[in-house]
Amino acid sequence: MTDSPQQLVDANGESLTVDQAIANLCQTADTGLRYYAAWWLGRFRVAEPAAIAALVDALGDESDRAPDGGYPLRRNAARALGKLGDRTVVPALIQCLDCDDYYVRESAAQALEALGDPQAIPALKKLLAGGVAAAIAVPDKPHLVQPYNAVIEALGTLGATDAVAEIIPFLEHEVAQVQNAATRALYQLTGEAAYGDRLVERLQAPNLQLRRSAMMDLGAIGYLPAAEAIAATPAENSLKLIALQGVIETHLRQTNFPQAGLTDDARRVLALMDELL
Amino acid sequence: MVADLIQAVEAADSKGAMVVAVNHLAATRDVAAIPTLITVLGYNNPGAAVAAVNGLAALGSAAVPALLEQIDGYNYGARAWAIRAVALIGDPRALPVLLDTAKGDFALSVRRAAARGLGNIVWSLLPPDQAATGQQEVLAVLTTATQDPEWVVRYAAVAGLHSLATTLVDSAQQTPLILACLQQTLQQDATPVVQARARLALDALMG
Repeated sequence: MTDSPQQLVDANGESLTVDQAIANLCQTADTGLRYYAAWWLGRFRVAEPAAIAALVDALGDESDRAPDGGYPLRRNAARALGKLGDRTVVPALIQCLDCDDYYVRESAAQALEALGDPQAIPALKKLLAGGVAAAIAVPDKPHLVQPYNAVIEALGTLGATDAVAEIIPFLEHEVAQVQNAATRALYQLTGEAAYGDRLVERLQAPNLQLRRSAMMDLGAIGYLPAAEAIAATPAENSLKLIALQGVIETHLRQTNFPQAGLTDDARRVLALMDELL
Repeated sequence: MVADLIQAVEAADSKGAMVVAVNHLAATRDVAAIPTLITVLGYNNPGAAVAAVNGLAALGSAAVPALLEQIDGYNYGARAWAIRAVALIGDPRALPVLLDTAKGDFALSVRRAAARGLGNIVWSLLPPDQAATGQQEVLAVLTTATQDPEWVVRYAAVAGLHSLATTLVDSAQQTPLILACLQQTLQQDATPVVQARARLALDALMG
């Protein structure tokens, strides 16, 4: 159901094949081609061994440097590896959590979440060192010292129940998105409805960005009691539909659909989705 | 009264003020508001456009000719909103544009709205022979749309087929085709929520 790679063209308007993308990633003369190839391999889920090997290699790239000292190719390679579902790359991504580029650490944490391998938990927990007191903004940068959102969300998804005590203080972090990430992870780790309900309250926030982020979190954790509130919050129908998809598909898994039929709850959510089309 | 509210929309000096003014105008449900509400669709102000679409949808068939004219226009954003509005109204005069849009628009949210609109047509407004022909076309387009690359378009197509099945003129011929398509979606779609929507439709249609 995804687009076929043949339909896609590269940054210069030329079509790219899997072999070319891998070759573009392996060459070192043109950093732009490498950067694009890394994205492309992730976008089209090219999980061939040669692609994986080239992407892992790109995680150690030194040639492509951003004006801020960052590593654009490493960022893209980490994101791509998160999409390919091959857990052999987990140790290499764990190493990226020590990279001095914030965005490489963020991409690696997100990729580790996507790959779902609990062996990343200790390294992710290390980024929470110092707790909320240390979780401050970097001067003159639009981000905090660590990618707390991505790290906390990953810990939640990976089932890091031994991180609960460390995550709880982040419920009070001054950045609302970090609070949301902590709330979402704590719901996943404890199953306590109070955390889900806290995200539902966020759907009333005056700020659209915050409502969107709470909505996506509720979809990601599949919090069924939030369905009506998601349908009613002022935001784009497209995003509401995606959030409700997350809610209902979690429920469908838990109720053994399609072998079992639809529950009343599933019918309720489908009716809400119909109204948003 | 309506003239004052139209004036207020024209004089709105911020995005927020525009949304408020459009909501007031839409609430009148007065046909005199139609040209202004349609103009608002082209302002690239989503809040105001939602209010205008709701106002136009509430006016129903009276708004359809002007909306169809808008859809022919060059402003893509306005066109997408106008398609949403005619999809909500269900007037059969919008059938050709909804069929075209569901078949081939590049924006998935517009294909989604068109597929929903095709399930929403008020067939009783047409003579039975025309309704039968129209339903045949809708059936073909929605069946194809159940293979769309985007899950939400497939979902809307399934919901559209479900509605269509309850209004068929030639039920003996077409109901089996719809059931077969829904059955195939239930068994083969890669996205669980789309399968679930097919299950819902099958449960309802087969009792």
